[in-house]
Amino acid sequence: MESDFIALDGVEKVFDVRRRTGRLRREKTRVRAVDGISFTVPRGEMVGYIGPNGAGKSTTIKMLTGILTPSGGRVRVAGIDPARERTRLARHIGVVFGQRTTLWWDLPLRDSYRLMHRMYRIPDDRFKANMARCVEQLDLGELLDVPVRQLSLGQRMRGDIAAALLHDPEVLYLDEPTIGLDVISKAKVRDFLRDLNAERGTTVLLTTHDLTDIEQLCKRVMVIDHGRLVYDGALAGLHEVGESERTLVVDLERELPPVEVAGARVLKVEGPRQWLAFPASVSAAPLVAAVAQRYPLVDLSVREPDIEAVIAKMYADRSAL
Amino acid sequence: MAEVEAGTEAEATQATAAAGTGEAGTGGVGEKLGAVGQLRAGIRAYRMIAAMWIRSTMAYRASFAMAAFGNFAATGLDFVGILLMFSHVDALGGYTLPEVAFLYGTAGAAFGLADLVMGSMDRLGRRVRDGTLDTLLVRPVPVLAQIAADRFALRRLGRVTQGLLVLGYALVVLDIAWTPLKVLLVPVMILSGAVIFASVFVAGAAFQFWAQDASEVQNSFTYGGTTMLQYPPTVFAKDLVRGVTFVLPLAFVNWIPALYVLDLPYPLDLPSWFAFLPPVVAGVCCVPAGAAWRVGLRSYRSTGS
Repeated sequence: MESDFIALDGVEKVFDVRRRTGRLRREKTRVRAVDGISFTVPRGEMVGYIGPNGAGKSTTIKMLTGILTPSGGRVRVAGIDPARERTRLARHIGVVFGQRTTLWWDLPLRDSYRLMHRMYRIPDDRFKANMARCVEQLDLGELLDVPVRQLSLGQRMRGDIAAALLHDPEVLYLDEPTIGLDVISKAKVRDFLRDLNAERGTTVLLTTHDLTDIEQLCKRVMVIDHGRLVYDGALAGLHEVGESERTLVVDLERELPPVEVAGARVLKVEGPRQWLAFPASVSAAPLVAAVAQRYPLVDLSVREPDIEAVIAKMYADRSAL
Repeated sequence: MAEVEAGTEAEATQATAAAGTGEAGTGGVGEKLGAVGQLRAGIRAYRMIAAMWIRSTMAYRASFAMAAFGNFAATGLDFVGILLMFSHVDALGGYTLPEVAFLYGTAGAAFGLADLVMGSMDRLGRRVRDGTLDTLLVRPVPVLAQIAADRFALRRLGRVTQGLLVLGYALVVLDIAWTPLKVLLVPVMILSGAVIFASVFVAGAAFQFWAQDASEVQNSFTYGGTTMLQYPPTVFAKDLVRGVTFVLPLAFVNWIPALYVLDLPYPLDLPSWFAFLPPVVAGVCCVPAGAAWRVGLRSYRSTGS
């Protein structure tokens, strides 16, 4: 139960998409939005769930929250079958849809929280304590009496996150929680989520297009593409899977023709500075030694591959298949 | 606080209308609760959400006042049309003005009540299209109650009020040989009629899980049906009367019980105990409406659109 707090076993979701092909004729095509996904998430883990648009991220989240019924396989969240006991599950989970607010547009923020208080039947003392914590950590104090329609996007997102947490959910699903936010708001949201996970042990599953979210928050990342899990592991491991390359930047004493060493290729030459690419999976040390031995080396630095580029490459490789 | 109290009033009407439709509630998710528990959960959620909408509309008091007045005036003009007609003729289909007013008032009040409680259900299609229905599905309360309370608008009281005023006029002017049964039948037919209309609202909304623009179809049954019931059954073709008696039983909203109260003959040859069937018919209507809702919600949850 603790290690498979969230458990998916061969989960599938098949949609029949009808398309009009003629005046009356309609063609039915089957789309496997989620095509046999299995994973488990232990209690208290914070996992990033990423993939290109239409990969099946949202469909997975909808099955985990009980909105959609899987076509096949088995889903359990906190021991509950989401599709069969959706309303019971609702008390155990918090959901933040990045682009759809659940707050009451024309009413002060405080009123939305009051509704949550009553709708989830949150005991008064717990509600007070949770409110106080959210207000402090999400910096909501001055916003409570402001109608939601007057809040900025970042303020509203913080308000939405608080609304999803007042009933002490054990799992928090976040769908694009930082989309459209400015740098400061993003930082605030990330800090809050990190603290929430560390202090309260809330299990967090977040989908995002912003890989900085993942880098800063999640030790584990799952990549989904065409409805299948193509990677599940540490963020660092993505590099090996994605066959990414690191870059060695060398500053030589003077302008020289491109460096020639085994195991690396020159990307760019700019005066005395040269950029060499080498596989991320091998050590930089022998390469540096080889360069230093044969060239007048002044300075050097190693650049880690851009995670974004790695994932883009992964997607590209898969769709080429 | 005034708004919150108004919300509790609305709950009283919900209790009656939802008595029929709410039970079929949430698409089989609350098995553990049982029908009664689910109905209570639904009513509770309805009250909370309706109160929030009332508070929301009160944020724009002036526009609320204008909308409420407009609603009252628009429905009122409707009756003015009938008055104008009677300024030229003495009877319509063999009915006097007070008798037509009785039909008008009972149909108007019943529909107004259903419209007040369930009237925004035709927004379901929009919620399906823009995906905001999903935000309701992750809450621990019945979806039907949340959808029924969506955009709850007190201004719809205008229609109920107008219907009741016309009914009041009819009751004062008409010379009815009152019996206890007849006295009882008047509120019973209004409440049963509201439940029958509410069933149509629910079934119509359920249809929008498949066809998101189908609200017009539903409106033709609800708004169109009311307009029809406001006139004597004698002015309509017999086949149409048969249709609303045996197929879509709108005739039980007021025609059949009202003609018993008025001691007038129904165009079809029906036994007189048919007049007391409205509560039964209302209860029966809730079954297919509830089933349609469940099937619709299940279909949404398996297709996501």
